[in-house]
Amino acid sequence: MSPQIEQEASQPLVEVNSLKVYFPIRSGVFRRHSGNVRAVDNVSFSIGHGETMGLVGESGCGKTTAGRAILRLVPITDGTIKFRGKDVASASPEGMRKMRPQMQMIFQDPQASLNPRMTVASIIAEPIKEHQNLGRSETIERVQELMDAVGLNRDFANRYPHEFSGGQKQRIGIARALALNPDLIVCDEPIAALDVSIQAQVVNLLADLQSSRKLSFLFISHDLGMVRHIADRVAVMYLGQIVELADRDDLYANPSHPYTEALLSAVPEADPEYERSRRRILLTGDVPSPSNPPTGCNFCNRCPKAFDRCFRDEPALKEISEGHLAACHLFDNS
Amino acid sequence: MFDYTIRRTLLAIPTLLFISLILFLLLDLAPGDPTAQLPLTIPPEVKEKIRESLGLGQPLVIRYLLWLQQFFVNEPLHYLTEITGWDLSGDRQRVLSWQSRSPVVDIILQRLPQTLWVVGMSYVVGVLIALPIGIISAYRQYSWFDQIGTFVSMIGFSVPTFFTGVLLIVVFSVELGWFPSIYDTTHVVDDWSSFLFQVKQMIMPTMVLALYNAAQISRFMRASMLDNLNQDFVRTARSKGLRESTVVLVHVLRNSMIPVVTVIALGVPTVFGGAIITEQVFKVNGLGQLLITAIQANDIPMVQSLTFIFAILIVAFNLIADVLYGVLDPRIRYD
Repeated sequence: MSPQIEQEASQPLVEVNSLKVYFPIRSGVFRRHSGNVRAVDNVSFSIGHGETMGLVGESGCGKTTAGRAILRLVPITDGTIKFRGKDVASASPEGMRKMRPQMQMIFQDPQASLNPRMTVASIIAEPIKEHQNLGRSETIERVQELMDAVGLNRDFANRYPHEFSGGQKQRIGIARALALNPDLIVCDEPIAALDVSIQAQVVNLLADLQSSRKLSFLFISHDLGMVRHIADRVAVMYLGQIVELADRDDLYANPSHPYTEALLSAVPEADPEYERSRRRILLTGDVPSPSNPPTGCNFCNRCPKAFDRCFRDEPALKEISEGHLAACHLFDNS
Repeated sequence: MFDYTIRRTLLAIPTLLFISLILFLLLDLAPGDPTAQLPLTIPPEVKEKIRESLGLGQPLVIRYLLWLQQFFVNEPLHYLTEITGWDLSGDRQRVLSWQSRSPVVDIILQRLPQTLWVVGMSYVVGVLIALPIGIISAYRQYSWFDQIGTFVSMIGFSVPTFFTGVLLIVVFSVELGWFPSIYDTTHVVDDWSSFLFQVKQMIMPTMVLALYNAAQISRFMRASMLDNLNQDFVRTARSKGLRESTVVLVHVLRNSMIPVVTVIALGVPTVFGGAIITEQVFKVNGLGQLLITAIQANDIPMVQSLTFIFAILIVAFNLIADVLYGVLDPRIRYD
């Protein structure tokens, strides 16, 4: 092994370090900067080669923003995102443009994410034309290969997005994301807008593509069952922060953070026997505003196990057992 | 799409006939007498004779049907005669102006070039100014450029042309003496210096109207761009690693143009309608001025024909706008 490849294998593909994405709130006549929405607040994690990282959390917890920030589709306030050792957060616009082929995104709303005035073929071909010097016939061939790969009929190449069903549109989105052979695909709730029967097809397609193309996924979802099915490791987000991060089986078997426990207790069981014995942890209160999070632990006002320290100090994300990280004072020995 | 266009064109015929009837009735019901401005020394019985010679003695239905025949049969036949040289029209009666006793359509054709040059040019200039302003305003929303653009649009939209026109005349003709305050219709362009004079005399009326047009269209453009800038497919385009100019000009602009093109097409009939007030201010004897003098003189055939031609243009450009919408937006299908 050459030193470079060796280094690459040992290094994670993506390394996110204390990422912050704040959206400024402007108010008043002169639109003065009066505060920040802390959509993503001090988030760190990594994604290895060929790994699927699940990112779960309720609506508005910042998981989508985190996904977009990794591809720098939203302005990054602070922190670093190392992709193959290169920092995404501080790359120049042109440098960023050069890096984009290696990292792609599949969007939540398949209809809205496709330009209504472009045919399927031109949607898929556009990144190829932009980044690769292929001839006309080669480009067409490549587009057709991609359509085959995602299970779309080649004859549909000259149709417009609105002529397809939701599942087919998402396949177009996937083909588009694959067009440049990326290493990382951020899947932003790719199945949330689809029928349950189609969800399984799309997720299986993603899993197949991952094994045949050695892709890494950041799989953002609020569907805990689906994340359990596809992810290798899972990070749980609450109010812009990661509260727990562990291997999938470990996390689902021993949820440590009270929020994760509550979240997992809400997943219905398929087996009626288990379902009857399932004990739901019902959280009281509302999610605080990300523009004004509580002092101490973000979760303190809703946590069933909160004690005085939780209202004072902010817990750090640290290892509580091998490869299992949680941000909770319950696991502090001191 | 073709069937749809044909169907709409056929549907336009009863619509236009209905409009012509309404126009005719409105003009008939309106107070006013074409002989009112004749000298008082003319005896009343002579005045009555004049009224009868204008056809006003006939019942309303007969007068309407006569106008229909003159406008839809006699006028086209007369034109075919002129073009082909065959005698098709014979001594068929054309629509005559009560003011000048010459055919209405001939007068309109004499006036059309002035209107098209001044008002048409102002529309073209207005669109050309409005599109970039709208695009940049939306792309840099709430920037200084946008704030100034919004302010200027508000002025252009709300300050009437009879004010801006006179203001420009006071500043540029009276004080600075750069441009003539009166548009000379008889001016013939045959060399460089006469061309320069033509440009000079066109600048003020054109800019007054262009400001007004640009104010409206730039607002539409801005709103439409803003609608599309936050769409998911724009984020997709960025994530493809396209250049920012491609993202904005191809993905955003093309989708934003759909409603704007419709608005522009719908505005074209107003060009032919002339800008009555601006033409008055700058003494451009175009269609707007023709209409207003015809109204003042109770010249009913002229008013009827002019307003009806405007109606035809409005119906036609509505159809054109709808068809353009179908061409530009693949989601729209007309079956």
